[in-house]
Amino acid sequence: MKEIQSSMAGTVFQVLVGAGDNVAAGQTVLVLESMKMEIPVDAQTDGTVGEIKVAVGDFVNEGDILVVLS
Amino acid sequence: MSQRITNQDRLEETIFKVKQGGQAKYHEKSAEQGKLFVRKRLELLIDKDTFQEDGLFANQSAGDLPADGVVTGTGKIDGRPVCIMANDSTVKAGSWGARTVEKIIRIQETAEKLRIPLLYLVDSAGARITDQLDMFPNRRGAGKIFHNQVRLSGTIPQICLLFGPSAAGGAYIPAFCDIVIMVDGNASMYLGSPRMAEKVIGEKVTLEEMGGARMHCSVSGCGDILAQNEEEAIQKAQQYLGYLPTNFNAAVPKKEPIMPSSDKALKDLIPENQNAPFDMYDAINTLVDGESFFEIKKLFAPELITGLARLDGRPVGIIANQPRVKGGVLFVDSADKAAKFIQLCDAFNIPLLFLADVPGFMIGTKVERAGIIRHGAKLIAAMSSATVPKISVIVRKAYGAGLYAMSGPAFEPDCCIALPTAQIAVMGPEAAVNAVYSNKIQAIEDPKERMAFVQQKHQEYKEEIDIYRLASELIIDDIIDPNDLRGELINRFDYYASKEIVHAPKKHSVYPV
Repeated sequence: MKEIQSSMAGTVFQVLVGAGDNVAAGQTVLVLESMKMEIPVDAQTDGTVGEIKVAVGDFVNEGDILVVLS
Repeated sequence: MSQRITNQDRLEETIFKVKQGGQAKYHEKSAEQGKLFVRKRLELLIDKDTFQEDGLFANQSAGDLPADGVVTGTGKIDGRPVCIMANDSTVKAGSWGARTVEKIIRIQETAEKLRIPLLYLVDSAGARITDQLDMFPNRRGAGKIFHNQVRLSGTIPQICLLFGPSAAGGAYIPAFCDIVIMVDGNASMYLGSPRMAEKVIGEKVTLEEMGGARMHCSVSGCGDILAQNEEEAIQKAQQYLGYLPTNFNAAVPKKEPIMPSSDKALKDLIPENQNAPFDMYDAINTLVDGESFFEIKKLFAPELITGLARLDGRPVGIIANQPRVKGGVLFVDSADKAAKFIQLCDAFNIPLLFLADVPGFMIGTKVERAGIIRHGAKLIAAMSSATVPKISVIVRKAYGAGLYAMSGPAFEPDCCIALPTAQIAVMGPEAAVNAVYSNKIQAIEDPKERMAFVQQKHQEYKEEIDIYRLASELIIDDIIDPNDLRGELINRFDYYASKEIVHAPKKHSVYPV
């Protein structure tokens, strides 16, 4: 099980994947909005999306788990 | 006659034996780990037949400590002389005895007198506890090595190639070097080994997790370049030296100009939308000489890019925000990374190019507690104190203290150039309108009317910070077509080469750290 963490504090702007989707390393899975910027969050490894822990509009801190890959 | 033959035999045998290093089993173990023998490393590093060794017979009378576990001497890299100290990990794991330390101190003194770079090829378990009285606390003990490193810093380049461990006190050799190249999987830095950590504080951890090369190059920032193997580490050291003068008073080496590797137009790469991510590496590749970009701390704080490159054959240090990572926002680590890099370039007279696309310094509890103000101050102090030619290019946005950190107009860059996409302001339009009109916006009940009000204020704000207005006020020096940027940078750096700033009469600043 691999976790995708938030790289910085911000608000969830877009969720680009759904549970069960296959993702490849480097693929953008989610976009945060922080400091008025769009911050893409990429998968570090290949995997299948297990759980999405956040919804659009949620505040997340650096290091928070956003998506769990199985 | 027979006496002469005996003397000759003795000399040859002794030299042969010493040059073999430690016992065969240690050579085998090294080879299994993908490590090269110290003399092989030197062969790869320096020009053929240029090595002049010192202290070959150190501790020869001990019998089992050839060269006392360290090879020191002078050689040439790409035709330019350098001094080298290289641990031999086949001799008591490269540990330091009294003569090891003396040899290291002497080669430092040689490098100082000859005013040539010093390379530290580190692969050492640390001090020989059995020899501590002879090498630890005394005036010419190990402490002197670090004292010399600090003293030499900024006068000659000091480079560390870390092939194995650098443990406890030994970990400070890389810490005091200008640049640390670490071999993935083998190099490590730590004050206390995992075994010691378990005994003393009860922590169970692997060496790789606690002090491995990858960790240091991506998390702690103690490492600058992660090499896949020793050959690559050696090549990196050779390339790095190609950008640096032999000492702070010598000329920076120029090479033949090469056209940029990217044939894309910079204009097409920069998105109009200020908030959309773009990859600053693409922009760098359109500006610098082909294959000349030598990145430092690539894996550490990647929201800011630092690296050496050439413009028309002339070395330049680049500090560029990376909007692709964390929006290019400045953090504690990125500020720290830039401060060290600017100091390195300024010390050795390498001009600085700032490519700004920065929403500002990060805000929030997490970074305030980590001392973002203190670390930001460190970056601004380093940039502000640098007296080499400095050009600041506003690629897209430069908001708040981000403008200051990227050598904005108040910090006396030799010029501040804007691309037509540039936007300079205390903050972006969205944040500014919210900050000023928040109460008014809330008071408007009709959503359509509210939206119209916000849009009108955005427009007014954008007009106020219009880049042509800033140029008209002489805040910025020029607005140029992105496709002409390389040519303009080459011209300007060429003129700025004779720049000289006399330092204020004082001992030194009290730098924020």
